[in-house]
Amino acid sequence: MTAVTDRAAGYRPGRTLSFWTEVRRQAARRRTQFALGFMILLPLIVLAAFEWNPGGGDDDRGDGNGGFSALVDVATSGGPNFTMFTLFVSSGFLLIVVVALFCGDAVASEASWGSLRYLLAVPVPRARLLAIKLLVALAYSAVAMLLLAGTALLAGTLFYGWNPLRAPVGGTLSPEDGVVRLLAVLGYLAASFLVVGALAFFLSVSTDAPLGAVGGAVLLYIVSNILDQITALGSIRTFLPTHYNEAWLGLLSTPIQTDDVVRGLVSAVAYSTVLLALAWWRFLKKDVVS
Amino acid sequence: MLPRIRWTRRRLISAAVVVVLLGGLVGVAAWPDRASYRTEELRIDVRTGPAGDQPVTLDATYYQPRSATSSARVPAILLAHGFGGTKTSVAADAKDLADLGYAVLTWTAQGFGRSTGEIHLDSPDWEVRDAQRLLDWLAVRPEVRLDGPGDPRVGVVGGSYGGGLALMLAGQDQRVDAIVPMITWNDLSRAFLPEATGRDPADGVFKKQWAGLFFGSGSGGLSGGELGALVGGGRDDAAAAFAGRGDPRCGRFAADVCAAYLAVATTGRPTPESLALLRRSSPASIVDRIKAPTLLIQGEADSLFPLSEGDANARAIAANGTPVRVAWFTGGHDGGTGPRTDRDRLNFLTAQWLGHYLRGEGAAPSRSFTYSRITGIDATNRDLVASGYSVTDYPGLSSAGVAVGVVGPPQPIANPPNGTPAAVSTLPGGLSSFVGGAGLDIPGQFALFGSRPFESTVDVVGAPTVRIRAASATGEAVLFVKLYAVGADGAGSLPGGQVAPVRLTGLPSSLDQAEPVSVTLPAIVHRFEAGQRLEIVVSTSDQAYATPAEPAVYQVAVDGAVTLPTVDGTPIRNPNIVWWIGLAVLLGVIVLGVVAAVLIGRLRSRRKRQAVVEEHADTPLVVRGLRKEYADGFVAVSSVDFTVRRGQVVGLLGPNGAGKTTSLRVFMGLTRATAGEVLIFGHRLVPGAAVLSRLGALVEGPGFLPHLSGRANLELFWKSTGRPAGDARMDEALDIAGLGSGIDRRVKTYSHGMKQRLAIAQAMLGLPELLVLDEPTDGLDPPQIAEMRRVLHRYATDGRAVLVSSHLLAEVEQTCTDVVVMHKGEVVASGLVDEIVGDSPTVHLDVSDVDSATAVLDRLGGVRAVTADGNGLVVDMNGTPRAEVVAALVNAGVGVDRVVPRRRLEDAFLALVGGDTKASGER
Repeated sequence: MTAVTDRAAGYRPGRTLSFWTEVRRQAARRRTQFALGFMILLPLIVLAAFEWNPGGGDDDRGDGNGGFSALVDVATSGGPNFTMFTLFVSSGFLLIVVVALFCGDAVASEASWGSLRYLLAVPVPRARLLAIKLLVALAYSAVAMLLLAGTALLAGTLFYGWNPLRAPVGGTLSPEDGVVRLLAVLGYLAASFLVVGALAFFLSVSTDAPLGAVGGAVLLYIVSNILDQITALGSIRTFLPTHYNEAWLGLLSTPIQTDDVVRGLVSAVAYSTVLLALAWWRFLKKDVVS
Repeated sequence: MLPRIRWTRRRLISAAVVVVLLGGLVGVAAWPDRASYRTEELRIDVRTGPAGDQPVTLDATYYQPRSATSSARVPAILLAHGFGGTKTSVAADAKDLADLGYAVLTWTAQGFGRSTGEIHLDSPDWEVRDAQRLLDWLAVRPEVRLDGPGDPRVGVVGGSYGGGLALMLAGQDQRVDAIVPMITWNDLSRAFLPEATGRDPADGVFKKQWAGLFFGSGSGGLSGGELGALVGGGRDDAAAAFAGRGDPRCGRFAADVCAAYLAVATTGRPTPESLALLRRSSPASIVDRIKAPTLLIQGEADSLFPLSEGDANARAIAANGTPVRVAWFTGGHDGGTGPRTDRDRLNFLTAQWLGHYLRGEGAAPSRSFTYSRITGIDATNRDLVASGYSVTDYPGLSSAGVAVGVVGPPQPIANPPNGTPAAVSTLPGGLSSFVGGAGLDIPGQFALFGSRPFESTVDVVGAPTVRIRAASATGEAVLFVKLYAVGADGAGSLPGGQVAPVRLTGLPSSLDQAEPVSVTLPAIVHRFEAGQRLEIVVSTSDQAYATPAEPAVYQVAVDGAVTLPTVDGTPIRNPNIVWWIGLAVLLGVIVLGVVAAVLIGRLRSRRKRQAVVEEHADTPLVVRGLRKEYADGFVAVSSVDFTVRRGQVVGLLGPNGAGKTTSLRVFMGLTRATAGEVLIFGHRLVPGAAVLSRLGALVEGPGFLPHLSGRANLELFWKSTGRPAGDARMDEALDIAGLGSGIDRRVKTYSHGMKQRLAIAQAMLGLPELLVLDEPTDGLDPPQIAEMRRVLHRYATDGRAVLVSSHLLAEVEQTCTDVVVMHKGEVVASGLVDEIVGDSPTVHLDVSDVDSATAVLDRLGGVRAVTADGNGLVVDMNGTPRAEVVAALVNAGVGVDRVVPRRRLEDAFLALVGGDTKASGER
């Protein structure tokens, strides 16, 4: 008798709000469709820009000191290079905004619509609610990154050919090796964006305004980037979450440079864990007023 | 007024933790470190010179560790600086060594800075004797460890000029216990007059650019390293130095050194006196007397003292049986201090060497040979990245390797008049970066011989050799042989940035009669990838060397193959392995933590499930002593007790701010109660309790996903409960919503009333046994309100119960069976509706004559009370039918205008809460 009366027939906490239900709840939103659609559109826009300016990328940029000019020079030399260029230009800000958008919207938009309280009254256990929402937000972010990279690779290969990957810091890789390395780069980018996502998720749990969470995460990311530029801060900069953001360039060189990659991974894992733990702790303890 | 913050214990602890963390971080970052050593500026007077009687004052700094006392003696280190520098050039290294616990003495060599005396190029009679006097000075310090009377435990560390001093001192004075000479020479004459076919420096080609640089920095008395003259610094110093000094040609150089330089620089050929002078200042002359264990560090990017100088030192010292260890790094006089990995490696090797041989700690360092190679550009900060390799035994410069054929016809090349224009292979002092490491060759002055592309990688470590043949009309030729590495895209670079100068004599005038000569190219560390090629370039001019002034034409050809010595080095394990391990540990800890948290959560919820209050197992809702107090002290609900039983429709009434919504949010599991308990079917209610699945709610308005249709909202809501689709009773819910075709439009387009009806339908999905509704009729029109009344009546059958909170007292009176009235956070009345409203119904009568009507009704037996109210009467009927009362009045001749049944619940309510509820939100 006891086992039956504490819940309605057919209710199991582990079955509430499944992953796919949440995916469907988010899929029909305009902003999801726009964000993913833009991921497909951006490489095509960049491609069109390169096609429009036939002289661009052919100018001799002199010292070839690595960095942006070198990347532009090699962007049109093949599919994998075009993908690398697209990732480079979008990893600085665009993908940050997309990840912050998906993660910052996760809980705050439910709170602003008023549907959060009904989900909690189902009852969906609070920890499970957060877990599913975070997983779905991260899944959408991953899909966005894959769409961006995949479209760039496809379009780049169609237009510029399946050519070896020339790394900006030196060395050339065969196209197949290049694609494998680019997947590793995507993995590292995903890890470093996890920090932004965790921050946006934490803000999402703390506020009712989804744009506040998204904007707050992007703002803090920008502040961290600014502080990283100030060399007077010296070794304190290594503790900033955005310090190792460009370390993925080392994954493309021969031999592979993993010094900063592993430091970046440790930093990302540490920050994400702390932020997500804070988000969980906060949500499980607070009185939901939305 | 600022809001008061109640300092609960939890807040105090959190605030304290945050303050301690922040304070700790800022403190650690900003707190100035107290140095572990004391610094003392000194001027030491020594007697030096061939007879030991010339007074010279040396400007010195002594770093003494604070832990060193006469009872805890420490070894000492003499730290020498490079040419053109002073004691401040090595101050940073001195501080590092002092931190390690050594007593460090740095001084400015005579002829530089504020020391007196003249520059004798590390002559045994002058600079080396100065250093011996400094050893005597160290021996009398009370905190310096002694090996014997007057024999301090001392090591000598220095680079370039200072490295030469270290070697010379170790050969001249056996008191030295260990030396670390860096980027220094073995034979100064060979360094300045190199010749790559093995001839004596007397036939060497004069390295005029480096020599001129030194002479410039020595003449001006400039400080700031070897680059002082080149970058034009210290002009004021130069002016001051010239004022009152002797010959402006010589500056602070000793007369014999000055004469030697002037002689060589004028003609480009050395005199026997200059050769003898240079040899006297070279370790090659005393190397058989060096017994101090030697760590030899040589730079791969060094055109002044190339790797061959270090090799010569290593072989000669090792031949004595003295422990020697060799380390190469990618810096040097042209390459600076090298990237961080190289600096770390050299610091480690130095500390290990000195630690063992001066302090006796640790096992004897191995004699393995380490070198490094530039492998790319760091992704984050655009520094060069070097990878280190190690080999068990020092292989020297001519290990066995591969032979690579080069092809190319014999070519004529022209020697330009006066050596101009000249090819640029390297610029001294690290300015090679401007050249891009590629070198510039003048057309017509060079012959090119190229190889085929390599099929596999070849790691060259050592000095390549090539055989060339040359013919000259004059019988003599000065040539410069270089080895270029050409990438697959055609970009060439000069590994090591060095050339091999060759002076050939006795040449025939035709190439057929020429004998091949073996040229040893400068030692390099370079990796040739598959697909790259090498090119041998023989040129007639080089900016850095002195060439004959007469124009001439030579014929050159390459004979045979280029031999490339290869070494199979083991990559030095990257210390970053520590970080990978740390990452793995961190991930493991996180996974364990998450698993533990999930398991603990499951255990706790299982424990809670067992707790059920049996007596209330069949009661939908029991609230006992519910209290909700907020952190700032506001008590929203002070004490609430009531019960909702099966079949009841309970109305929850109260003015705004009474705490109704707060209580409802507690019932939904959104808010945690401060005290008291809520039992749903006997189970304690906590946020997330499973028993909430037996409850359906509509509190504070609808909440839908605006981008989905109404039907999709309901379906996805039911899906998110995880319960079978058949249990949803979707049709009945949609029927209650009554939206028709609007159910398939997006919720964004709904009016408030439509959303409200949909929300009620959502609350009724699955027909929960307890339904909690907050203002269900908000936004509904009168027919819908009436419909809702019927729905709720029907709902509370079959054992279900409803809790409704509403302000529409008329509706509540008609719908509810029981009523709970709350005011200022407490229940002021609860019970059946009839009990609350009082005993009997009242009626308001508008009559023509109040007094006579009062009299009539007073006489009427069944009526309980009659009160006058303006133009009418309020009559408590007490069960008497209204018709009887009206008839009595009419029969008595009183006109009855209106008969209005009073709103009874409103009366009772107003009586309970008071007529003015302006401050009902305050406590």
